[in-house]
Amino acid sequence: MLLAILLGFIFSIFLVFTGKFFKGKLSILASGIPLALFIYFAQFINRISSGEVITQENIWVPSFGVNLGFTLDGLSLLFSLMITGIGFLVFLYTSAYLKNNKYLDRFYGYLSMFMAAMLGLVLSDNLISLFVFWELTSITSFFLIGFNNTNQASRKSAITALAITGIGGLSLLVGALFLGAITGTYSITEMLSMNPEIAANPYYTLIVILIFGAAFTKSAQFPFHFWLPGAMKAPTPVSTYLHSATMVKAGIYLLLRLTPVLGDHEFWNSTLVIVGAITMVYSAVHTLFRTDLKGILAYSTISALGILVFLIGQGTVEALTAAAVFIIVHALYKATLFLVTGIIDHQAGTRDTTVLRGLRKVLFPVAIAGFLAAISSAGIPPTIGFIGKELTYESTFHFGNLAILLMVLIVITKILLLYAGFVAGIRPFTGTLPERFEKTKMPNFLLWAPPLLLAVGGVIFGIFPGLIEASIVKPLVNAVGGNSEEIHLKLWHGVSTVLWLSVITITVGTVLYFFIKPSHKLEQTVAKIEWLSPHSIILKMWDFFFNFSKIWTNLFQNGYLRNYVSTIMVFMITLTGYALFRTATYSVDYMSFSRITVYEAVTSIIMLIAVLYTVFTKSRLAAVAAMGIMGYAICMLFVIYSAPDLAMTQFSIDTLTVILFVLVLYKLPKYLTLSDYKMRIKDGVISLAFGTIITLLILEVLAEPINSEVSDYYAANAYILAHGKNVVNVILVDFRGADTMIEISVLAIAAIGVFALLKLRLKKSDQR
Amino acid sequence: MKTIILRTASTYLLPVLLLFSIFILLRGHYSPGGGFVGGLIASIAFVLHSFARGLDNTKELLRMHPGFLMPIGLAISFLAGVTPVIFLDMPFMTGLWYPEHLPVLGSLGTALFFDLGVYLVVVGVTLTIIFTISESA
Repeated sequence: MLLAILLGFIFSIFLVFTGKFFKGKLSILASGIPLALFIYFAQFINRISSGEVITQENIWVPSFGVNLGFTLDGLSLLFSLMITGIGFLVFLYTSAYLKNNKYLDRFYGYLSMFMAAMLGLVLSDNLISLFVFWELTSITSFFLIGFNNTNQASRKSAITALAITGIGGLSLLVGALFLGAITGTYSITEMLSMNPEIAANPYYTLIVILIFGAAFTKSAQFPFHFWLPGAMKAPTPVSTYLHSATMVKAGIYLLLRLTPVLGDHEFWNSTLVIVGAITMVYSAVHTLFRTDLKGILAYSTISALGILVFLIGQGTVEALTAAAVFIIVHALYKATLFLVTGIIDHQAGTRDTTVLRGLRKVLFPVAIAGFLAAISSAGIPPTIGFIGKELTYESTFHFGNLAILLMVLIVITKILLLYAGFVAGIRPFTGTLPERFEKTKMPNFLLWAPPLLLAVGGVIFGIFPGLIEASIVKPLVNAVGGNSEEIHLKLWHGVSTVLWLSVITITVGTVLYFFIKPSHKLEQTVAKIEWLSPHSIILKMWDFFFNFSKIWTNLFQNGYLRNYVSTIMVFMITLTGYALFRTATYSVDYMSFSRITVYEAVTSIIMLIAVLYTVFTKSRLAAVAAMGIMGYAICMLFVIYSAPDLAMTQFSIDTLTVILFVLVLYKLPKYLTLSDYKMRIKDGVISLAFGTIITLLILEVLAEPINSEVSDYYAANAYILAHGKNVVNVILVDFRGADTMIEISVLAIAAIGVFALLKLRLKKSDQR
Repeated sequence: MKTIILRTASTYLLPVLLLFSIFILLRGHYSPGGGFVGGLIASIAFVLHSFARGLDNTKELLRMHPGFLMPIGLAISFLAGVTPVIFLDMPFMTGLWYPEHLPVLGSLGTALFFDLGVYLVVVGVTLTIIFTISESA
């Protein structure tokens, strides 16, 4: 299973070297990867439906309890099949959609990386590795949204999406750490039995809030929903794959996955129902005011995600079944509608619903796909959408005392979603074909086959719901802790209140579709109250933050080294000085000091002379040389106090520093008055104060008893454990070798930085 | 700074200083010394050579840009660190030791290779910085 997950990453690395081959005619071969994975996961269907759970454990960082544990149960199976199945169709579609694109190989690289990350996310049993994959999906999504990186709006949307989902990811990490601390494990399987203990913990509410923070940002719940419409700047295959079928469902997945761990408590259920309800109604209303096909689809996706959250919040077996079916329904019809929109955009060159009409005459197979998807989205029999809607109504209908209110909300949402589906899937194909679209060409087979396949799938599953009942829905409900015995999916439920509500939904929705036409006027009217939306409010806060940090940075990072140094010094003088003033005892025991030897006295005098010379000389080079003498004198002190290692290093460093200084200063004019009289006095005062504070600090430190536990340990064990007698070196290369490793990496980075700054200057023509 | 004395001396000083730096590197585990100091001494040797004979001569002597020493050194150090992980399934940076006591070197272990990596990185970093700055100054 590890290999299956890593395959996408391996392929994307492979593309770095073989990108050229995959850019041209061979691009269709890339879809072999998701297809192979789809077949791989499909072979587990039988085992999973018989109630088996397949697990695999790989050791990663055992000392922190972080392992690459993978679990394949009903829930992860559904998501894996969606990721690889829709992935396969999207890969196929892309090879025609982005044909001859200069960066097609790069696109496939990101896409397969995303696929691998998403698979890792839904298969991880360990919360920490789940977090890692979660963040990887955010990052790949960032690259895919910003794929048209020459377009400023794309870049901005990409950053917004990354910021929102990234914050959610951090929230997930903190939540995972809390859960790990409470349960003593990061394995979700092991947490399953600890629900009562977690709920009794005083941090339960906080954990739930953190997990919600992750799920709501990723799955675009109100008020974090606004990144998703922005993400529609991405090429259509990306919108299909990431922003409707898979990635945005990661939040749903997380909620479902953690339902047995955290769920079945008042706070969990009511928050989810409220947030889900607000999201589904809010964005369903929004679809009325959009004229861009992708905009409509984006808002209807958010609304569908809201329905899912709403259902998970209800938490009953009925509701979870409805959620499971609705995930399938939504993946099938929404992916179809997105792909159809992509074809329209690709062939007709616009996505404006107000002008697109009558395209059935030129894009017939696409029209069929659009029509089937639209009726599935509307929940008209015999599509699977109908079953999904019936289940949703049924479970809401049985939801305690608020049932009536929730029922009204869900019916309104469904009516508006029906409208949205019709506008996106039917409207562009009906009516008379305007002149400007008469020359629209029939697209490549690779473009229209995937949506048609998905749409037909929606009908087949609707007529034969048994196909998904035992194989996917029941294991899924089992996996999230429900009892799946009573589930029975069927198209015809008999005459009941729910059926009447369905009839009302379909009638009202259809009437609405014929009465309200999408128009730019409506869109503009709504744009007037845009400043009230969460999007604008967050953008304003964003601007404020940027301006503030700009002012702050300009204040302190002004490019003058002397200002940096004096800022650091003044800050330290104030802080340390204050602390010393408040707490210091000044009880220095002068008797405890050893006598000053001749060597020390001589070295100190040399230092003093060097300091005075540095300050008063007029030549810059002489000052540098005098500083070098200072450095050597300090080395002498190290030698006297028996620290030969330190002295040797300091000697070499000082030599090189002086050489560096000389190299830089050699070419500068001999005399220069960089500072006037006042500045010199100011600098003098600062440095004297700094020196005084440091001296006082050292005296204070000496007065404290010394804790030498650590150094004793090193001294005692250097030879026993590390076969070395030089403790300093043993610490460097053995005891704290990882630190040294990082330090030499930093050194190398610094050298590359110097090299880049001085050598790789932009040519005149490249400078802006 | 190209005096005859310095130029003549540098011919002999370079190998002596380099040998000395390796000596410092090797003795590090028992007595003062180690990869860091050794690397600095080796860099000083090359800087001295470049002062006496000009930067171009030193570069010719090195044959490659000193910057390449950085990745080589990092790789050696990293390999010394991951060897126990790969071959023996022990944690990162576990010290491995050759059981016999060798003449000159003393105990031979991964730590020595790690230190060798440090040595090379330090030489690479110092020379890259100093050469770059002296070329553009």
